[in-house]
Amino acid sequence: MHFDYTIEAGDFSKAGDASSHLKKVLKQLNVDPQLIKRIVIAFYEAEVNVVAHANGGTAKCCIDLDRVSIELADSGPGIPDIEKAMQAGFSTASAKVREMGFGAGMGLQNIKNNADHLTIKSEVGIGTTVEIIVYLTQAQQ
Amino acid sequence: MDNRQFHHALTISSELCIGCSHCMNVCPTEAIRVRGGIAILYENRCVDCGECFKACPVHAISIGQDDFSRIDSYKQRVALVPEVFFGQFARNISRSQIKEAIIANGFTDVVEVETSVDLLLSQMKEYVKANDSKLPLISSFCPAIIRLIQVKFPALTQNIMLLKPPLDITALYCRRRLVDKGISPSEIGVFYITPCAAKIAAIKSPVGEEYSMITGVINMDTLYNKVYKHIRNDRKLHYDKPESTTLSEAARCWTLTHGEADHVPGRNLAVDEIHNVIEFLEKIENDEIPGLDFLELRACDESCAGGVLLTTNRFLVTERLRKAITPNKSENTEAEIDSYSDYLAKRIAIQAIHPRSMMKLDENMEEAMRKMDKAAQMLRCLPLTDCSACGSPSCQAFANDIALGEADIRQCIFIQKSREQTGELDPDESLEMMKSVWGSSKFYSNRK
Repeated sequence: MHFDYTIEAGDFSKAGDASSHLKKVLKQLNVDPQLIKRIVIAFYEAEVNVVAHANGGTAKCCIDLDRVSIELADSGPGIPDIEKAMQAGFSTASAKVREMGFGAGMGLQNIKNNADHLTIKSEVGIGTTVEIIVYLTQAQQ
Repeated sequence: MDNRQFHHALTISSELCIGCSHCMNVCPTEAIRVRGGIAILYENRCVDCGECFKACPVHAISIGQDDFSRIDSYKQRVALVPEVFFGQFARNISRSQIKEAIIANGFTDVVEVETSVDLLLSQMKEYVKANDSKLPLISSFCPAIIRLIQVKFPALTQNIMLLKPPLDITALYCRRRLVDKGISPSEIGVFYITPCAAKIAAIKSPVGEEYSMITGVINMDTLYNKVYKHIRNDRKLHYDKPESTTLSEAARCWTLTHGEADHVPGRNLAVDEIHNVIEFLEKIENDEIPGLDFLELRACDESCAGGVLLTTNRFLVTERLRKAITPNKSENTEAEIDSYSDYLAKRIAIQAIHPRSMMKLDENMEEAMRKMDKAAQMLRCLPLTDCSACGSPSCQAFANDIALGEADIRQCIFIQKSREQTGELDPDESLEMMKSVWGSSKFYSNRK
């Protein structure tokens, strides 16, 4: 099953709409509640990153019987140093973003803690792609 | 998964129901449909919040209590009375008068449910310290909320605090105290005066426990009528007793909004009214709000003061309870319940609460995907007006019902009109379809 979402630039009131929708879908598919929690948290953090840093983007979700894969893509500023960005507490969020309660610098760590696979590809000035995979069956973890 | 049946205290009378659909449209878990002209309840989705009870214009929905005469089967007849019951009476009526009136109506003892609150609070403080990896912890107080979480937010069942609510602790205390005085357990009847349907459901089919200590339930409005009548007719007090409550301020206000949140240590939030709670739990499920320690969640607006079986306006009840004066406790007086602290503390835990998710389209994920695709396909043909003329509360609910084999797409009046135009549907068939949902009487203009 596929679901495609558009993530609007700078619109924090909608940040979380895509992950909320996916959550409803996963509940209806009777996915284990703890797995849903991990998937939704990882997706939510990635979605907020797109809103906060990039100029909007897209998210493509693929639900298979054994896994959920989410690919987020944006044409934002890109991440110059991915390793640094992964550090807990490190944030490049603007003042405006922080005022809204975001930008604590835990986003990527949160995704890593909840996903089974996390792949980040980025080019400064071009954009970023984030791929998240969560397995639905124990055997593959 | 918990496979026991949920007992429901709410029943819809097929004789009284006029099939107006008001209840269906307010149900927060979409647990009601209209079929054959009457509202029917989907029991596995109902959480006993009572919104339907409030919405019904003809009082076709009742909250099933035990017959009042049942108390006569017991030698010791204890009335467990919540503070909000007392809050319903005007300030010139004393608590002693109310207690006396309750006894005059057949009980032998009157015990405030909140008697065990101070003990519970100290246990909750210990619990919070010992469980800091499961934050935010969610109070186990409101049974409608526990059921809501099981049905709609199954991932959060593990956040619920596994401690008995005051009602169960006080019931245990009452029984023990009477047994210690030499009364045989079979002679003790403990009756709870309930402000709502959810508390009844929790007693008849407990979540986290095998059975309840409560013998029976009396609806708060039933007792209020009896007591009020007695007080009105009996103008002088037979006994001149002083104001007789020893409840602490925390205990007195426990069942009001912020009653728990203000006393549990840490950063806490209190949310009341079921739609507010649903909105909030969506955010908690997404981990959108870090740093919260404890959540006090109540299904009713103004918490128990807004219980569906209260007669007095909930804001007045809240005002009276908040402003009541707690008598000063002298240092030497120990509340009788304190001597039972160890006994009660050992029995205060409840078992793990399991999810009972009703959001799923099927147990099997592949089947669920197939049904989801079918529902999505159906939804594309539907008008998205949520008019509920099909007998389901919304177009999305209707699409799911079709995918689950519980409804026919021709129940939708927009589909009917379009198909009548093209000749695919014959007007007689169309009318029969509508009658199967709404009953025949809605299709003739003369109603006596």
